[in-house]
Amino acid sequence: MSLLDLTATQLAKAIKKGDVTAVDAMQAVIEQIEKKEKELNCYVTFDKEAALKKAGEVQAGIEDGTISGPLAGVPVAIKDNMCTDGVLTTCSSRILGNFVPAFSAEAVIRLEEAGAVIIGKTNMDEFAMGSTTETSAYGVTRNPWNTDHVPGGSSGGSAAAVAAGECFFALGSDTGGSIRQPASYCGVVGMKPTYGTVSRYGLIAYGSSLDQIGPLCKDVTDCATIMETIASHDVKDSTSMLRTDTDFTSALVNDVTGMRIGIPRTYFGEGLDPQVKKAVLDAVNVLKSKGAIVEEFDLDLVDYAIPTYYTIAAAEASSNLERFDGVKYGYRAKEYDGLHDMYKRTRSEGFGPEVKRRIMLGSFVLSSGYYDAYYLKALRVKALIKKAFDNAFAKYDIIIGPVAPTTAPKLGSSLADPIKMYLGDIYTISLNLAGLPGMSIPCGVDSDGLPIGMQIIGDCFKEHNIIRAAYTYELARGGFKTPYDKEVQ
Amino acid sequence: MAKNYETVIGLEVHVELATKTKIFCGCSTAFGGAPNTHTCPVCTGMPGSLPVLNKQVVEYAAAVGLATNCTITQNCKFDRKNYFYPDNPQNYQISQLYLPICRNGHVDIELEDGTVKPVRIHEIHMEEDAGKLVHDDWEDVSYVDFNRSGVPLIEIVSEPDMRSAKEVIAYLEKLRLIIQYLGASDCKLQEGSMRADVNLSVREAGSTEFGTRTETKNLNSFSAIQRAIEAETARQIDLLESGQPVIQETRRWDDNKEYSYAMRSKEDAQDYRYFPDPDLVPVNISDEWLDEIKSRQPEFKTEKMKRYKEEFGIPDYDINIITDSKKMADIFEEAVAICNKPKKVSNWLMVETMRLLKEHNMDVSDITFSAKNLAALVNLTEAGTINSSVAKEVFEKVFSEDIDPEKYVNEHGLGQVNDESALRQTIEEIVAANPQSVEDYRNGKEKAIGFLVGQTMKAMKGKANPGLVNTMLKEILSK
Repeated sequence: MSLLDLTATQLAKAIKKGDVTAVDAMQAVIEQIEKKEKELNCYVTFDKEAALKKAGEVQAGIEDGTISGPLAGVPVAIKDNMCTDGVLTTCSSRILGNFVPAFSAEAVIRLEEAGAVIIGKTNMDEFAMGSTTETSAYGVTRNPWNTDHVPGGSSGGSAAAVAAGECFFALGSDTGGSIRQPASYCGVVGMKPTYGTVSRYGLIAYGSSLDQIGPLCKDVTDCATIMETIASHDVKDSTSMLRTDTDFTSALVNDVTGMRIGIPRTYFGEGLDPQVKKAVLDAVNVLKSKGAIVEEFDLDLVDYAIPTYYTIAAAEASSNLERFDGVKYGYRAKEYDGLHDMYKRTRSEGFGPEVKRRIMLGSFVLSSGYYDAYYLKALRVKALIKKAFDNAFAKYDIIIGPVAPTTAPKLGSSLADPIKMYLGDIYTISLNLAGLPGMSIPCGVDSDGLPIGMQIIGDCFKEHNIIRAAYTYELARGGFKTPYDKEVQ
Repeated sequence: MAKNYETVIGLEVHVELATKTKIFCGCSTAFGGAPNTHTCPVCTGMPGSLPVLNKQVVEYAAAVGLATNCTITQNCKFDRKNYFYPDNPQNYQISQLYLPICRNGHVDIELEDGTVKPVRIHEIHMEEDAGKLVHDDWEDVSYVDFNRSGVPLIEIVSEPDMRSAKEVIAYLEKLRLIIQYLGASDCKLQEGSMRADVNLSVREAGSTEFGTRTETKNLNSFSAIQRAIEAETARQIDLLESGQPVIQETRRWDDNKEYSYAMRSKEDAQDYRYFPDPDLVPVNISDEWLDEIKSRQPEFKTEKMKRYKEEFGIPDYDINIITDSKKMADIFEEAVAICNKPKKVSNWLMVETMRLLKEHNMDVSDITFSAKNLAALVNLTEAGTINSSVAKEVFEKVFSEDIDPEKYVNEHGLGQVNDESALRQTIEEIVAANPQSVEDYRNGKEKAIGFLVGQTMKAMKGKANPGLVNTMLKEILSK
């Protein structure tokens, strides 16, 4: 048996007991990285010596009793849009190719305080814009299940690293599905918490009103444990919420008796791959057999989610990305003629095509004369979408649907048709618009052997319901073999 | 000039608020630190940083709004104003467009003929200041100093209700007085803590339509504002008289050349793509909070003047000057509360304080002496413990070092000598030493006694009671 067979919480227990050390765990991860990284490219930044050194320090802290958290000694990968003090943070963009932050994101600090050890920074779609991790300036990440396929995105590096055993768990960020969709494509558990649960301080913003940090991990227990660690009320983030119910591990209960589950018909209609549909509905039936009450219903406004999302996210992004101008940090064009030419060349050379597309889209919807027709209208639709979910949650404890219409597409098949790529976000983006929590949990594989994810959606601040249902399902489902597991078998 | 023209003026006034820390981070707002020493990830626009609103900014802005009769927007929001410039670290300024904190107010200004005219305030909004660019012509490079970046400002936007430079100055002086009374800003035009942009158009007298307006910037004193208004009025009238249109544009005033030049026209106007800042939550000013702010509003000049007249019985002239700043009024009231001598306190403030301020090129806001020590000085003089010339000397010490007058008088032996035996000895010596003057006096030259009094005072190092010396001299000489 390899250390990599353990989940994050199992590993932490083993380290606590003294069976293994944090250094052993890091060593195991490093070996796996050295074996797989050339093929997969999960990491943008990986400093072996620094990771081992840190693991040694944490191990000493565990031994002298100063570090005792439930993740103490566990190696973690951080998506490269979260600031890490003194460590390169690129957002997988050329424009931040040399950017080393002077502070760490709050979520990263929380993990480090709990004793987790950072391995490195994972690859992503540039500035989290994309669904495939193909828009990274530092090469594509490949899906460990089948390297001809994408890992999903934008947290593709984090999801692939978990699936491939290149880390024990990872942090991702989710603006429109960027944790849940790659989790689904890579067969791991991924969760976007309720907006405001995890501090955004130190997360390099894409769509500020939609961004949330969350875990990508091996199972539901890990997910609840990590959530409990990273959730915090942070006075540095005005949108951070004061919650007293972040004891997520208390929801690890194998019982869904009487739980009301809503199945939105619109999530199972046209455009959904039949194999995905079957796997998700089979999983729902497992919960039904465990005592849950399942009912179909009509969720309103699903068709409006995509245009609403791309209007709001692009608008915010166009403003959030203005600070990357070559003046203060990051990339600056080598040759330019005056200030405006410097701006123009720096940004033209520094940003990739998908980022430029969204900056243009966002600038357009905010421009004078169009603001009311696009941005303001999108905000109104956003409020209506929230209302539609409010109505649903008056009747149901959770809503279940697919994460994505298909399993992971082949590399190179998505970027040529951005509209098609955007449509792939149909089941995930409504949650960001409504601020709702959601989880992707593996529920099967398709005929090509690619994993399928089920999405469990909760009302705001009701992660407990999601975790409880997911935990119950996971126990009924039994172990889910990752590519790593298969490899060692 | 063939036609009769009327000038129409509206103002945009920026006021730097007197908070200790910046609007969205904990950095100091202190003036004059070495470049980029009052900065952090937030006010330098580092990736991942987030703004958190300084509540004091809301309180100051609301207080100014209440004092200018505005409606307070109890659920206001911040918006981003997007434009690229290196002094603007995020390349957007956090400001308020859609829901500014204050709206629909007015201040009353007094015109020369004594009538009162309201100048309407369209809105007051909160925003952050930008950094400063330092151009090094020698090296041909520019540096950015972000110490000012994030310093809180309010912008007070008036309606186009003013018709002359005099009205503009009266409006600005009124605003300045209100804001200084609130302690919300020191409002120093020269130092840039108050800046006014002038929107001006002209039209034929009697017309109800507005003419095309220009906006003039870079006005650093009341006199510059006056000159710029006069110059811009003349320029626009010249254009109209010669059949040329006024172009809507922003102009920059050069006070040395007494001339403005066009910076940018409406056609070059940027699209700022304003939208609500998603990093900040709406500012909810609850009824309780608003009541709290209201309860802290000070008594303003107008009410103070009325009360002083009734309560203290000092001349209107004094009242007007004392209430011209809250600082002076506070010192006055506090000192009177201790010594209960309004006229005496007022005299020290009106005469000696003003003289010393002028002499040291200081402003009322630079006063450092305490009311307590001024009151003590008044008491010492009134009790006859020191005479008036010693009092002036002691006051200078109070003014410069805020010394305790009683202690100072004791330590330096400045108490007035009323002891007749001590005086008699000195007077007799003076009389003996100045036979000529004594003879002159006895021969009817009354003035000669003045010389003898002076000599006695000199011998007593100024501490003798001059009235007593006079009486005793007369008595001795009449023997």
